[in-house]
Amino acid sequence: MKYFQEKAETMPLEELKKLQDEKLVKQVKHVYENVACYREKMDAAGVKPEDIHGTADLHKLPFLTKDDLRDNYPWGMLAVSKADCVRIQSTSGTTGRRVVAFYTQKDVDMWEECCARALVAAGATNEDVCQVAYGYGLFTGGPGLNGGSHKLGCLTLPMSSGNTDRQIQFMQDLGATVLCCTPSYAAYLGESMLERGIGPDDNPLKMGIFGAEPWTEEMRQGIEKILGIKAYDIYGLTEISGPGVAFECAEQKGMHVNEDHFIAEIINPDTGEVLPDGSTGELVFTSLDKEAFPLLRYRTRDICILSRKKCSCGRTFIRMTKPMGRSDDMLIIRGVNVFPSQIETVLLKEGYAPNYQIVVDRVNNSDTFDILVEMNEEMFADTVSGMTKKEKELAGAMKSMLGINPAIHLVAPHSIQRSEGKAVRVVDKRKLLSDSQWKG
Amino acid sequence: MALNQISVLVDNSQGILAGVTNELANAGVNLRALSIADTERFGILRMIVSDNKLATSVLRAKGLVVKETEVIGVKIGDQPGKLAEALTVLNLAGINLEYLYAFCARTQKHAYMVIRVADNDAAEKALTAAGFHMIEDTDIAKL
Repeated sequence: MKYFQEKAETMPLEELKKLQDEKLVKQVKHVYENVACYREKMDAAGVKPEDIHGTADLHKLPFLTKDDLRDNYPWGMLAVSKADCVRIQSTSGTTGRRVVAFYTQKDVDMWEECCARALVAAGATNEDVCQVAYGYGLFTGGPGLNGGSHKLGCLTLPMSSGNTDRQIQFMQDLGATVLCCTPSYAAYLGESMLERGIGPDDNPLKMGIFGAEPWTEEMRQGIEKILGIKAYDIYGLTEISGPGVAFECAEQKGMHVNEDHFIAEIINPDTGEVLPDGSTGELVFTSLDKEAFPLLRYRTRDICILSRKKCSCGRTFIRMTKPMGRSDDMLIIRGVNVFPSQIETVLLKEGYAPNYQIVVDRVNNSDTFDILVEMNEEMFADTVSGMTKKEKELAGAMKSMLGINPAIHLVAPHSIQRSEGKAVRVVDKRKLLSDSQWKG
Repeated sequence: MALNQISVLVDNSQGILAGVTNELANAGVNLRALSIADTERFGILRMIVSDNKLATSVLRAKGLVVKETEVIGVKIGDQPGKLAEALTVLNLAGINLEYLYAFCARTQKHAYMVIRVADNDAAEKALTAAGFHMIEDTDIAKL
């Protein structure tokens, strides 16, 4: 089995563009008629649905941001009647007020089919046993891959996140061949299995689909080695549907965007100008088929590159690189831009597991920059001076990558706080301070 | 001729040491000697135990980072000046100490020093030449 939906996934480009043109015209009309907030935006920009004849007119439409969704919580962006909806999902809400997205049954089916495409692209068939260790519930990770696994016909293990002992036991006893979870949990699971004497050749897994948080190429290699599998990336966001908006194929060179359902654009985040193929910029999505929560030109805040270069897997869908950073995640420390992904890259290069936490604070009007890093057995020196030396070496490597000097603190394994399987990567105490000041 | 010590990386938080020693107790591991180096965030627990293999596997199963380190053990008389004498030997041989700790046996009139240096062989040679007796893993069981 090469494709889940061959006709769509390998559609000739001309045909694909025609399909997008038709769907866009219909979708803009649907949104204009049913979503007051977007109608007002279009009116303010002087654009009518009649002005949109196809994708060539897409740039005329106004952008949507996460703030628009927050301002219209909960019902403001809903484009169908409540009675037509069957599901909500919600973002984790760590950075602000939650965003709630609605789904009709057709929306759920489309989303799950996208996830099934990702599973097939990774090499899965209906004979596989698929262990879904993403959180279930409001978070889209668990429900999305669970649904995709059902659509494909895999035996599905709805494990949800956490309870590592049970994950390992079910994986071994039921012969799970596909693992779906966050990359940090996959790495953690691999370490935990190794601690129990289960090496990369001693588990039944063949492949894994990992997403919902940024991870690097080095981290992919680490997971592939520790679990003895092929590790594939998957991309998505609750606002657009969930995981499966884009997915990796066997080439492992970028993620194919499901273009029969979503249009991807790259824009200059400062000017909003659309940038040509191959440019680095902010990723923007337009939902072509969503009925309940149809977002037009939604700004993801993810920075990446799109490429129309032909892929040997046969899919014609455009490919996006892993997001290089998020404008939200970007920390400005002592005036320097710092992305957590850079810190992860240095850790992996220096032989550490990517289990870390960045702590930023402001003391006497100057930023403090601390990184806690979990030790592993190979890096453990049994003298305090040996540990201090390793901390200094790592700080030096960070300095040459970031341009500023962090204080490194080596800590015991598993001592860094995790929430719903997602490691808490950044603790910015400066933000907490200013937030409470505003509230006060 | 060396002594194998196990080193464990632990959080610097309340109850950790009780947890580690309870694990060892439940497994029937006897502690001969112990020392702790602590910093603000973590501690390094160093131990000479009755069964390194058992202790290591029990602690690893709890997710702890454990490392076996070769150190040297030297027997010194239980009287004033004996430690100073041994350390002077090492000093004169140009051997730098990383850390050391002492323990006593129940029945014998001796103390034992566990010493970590960069070059175990050189330290042993210097001490043996000065008339000191070294101890190794097999001696631990008899103490």
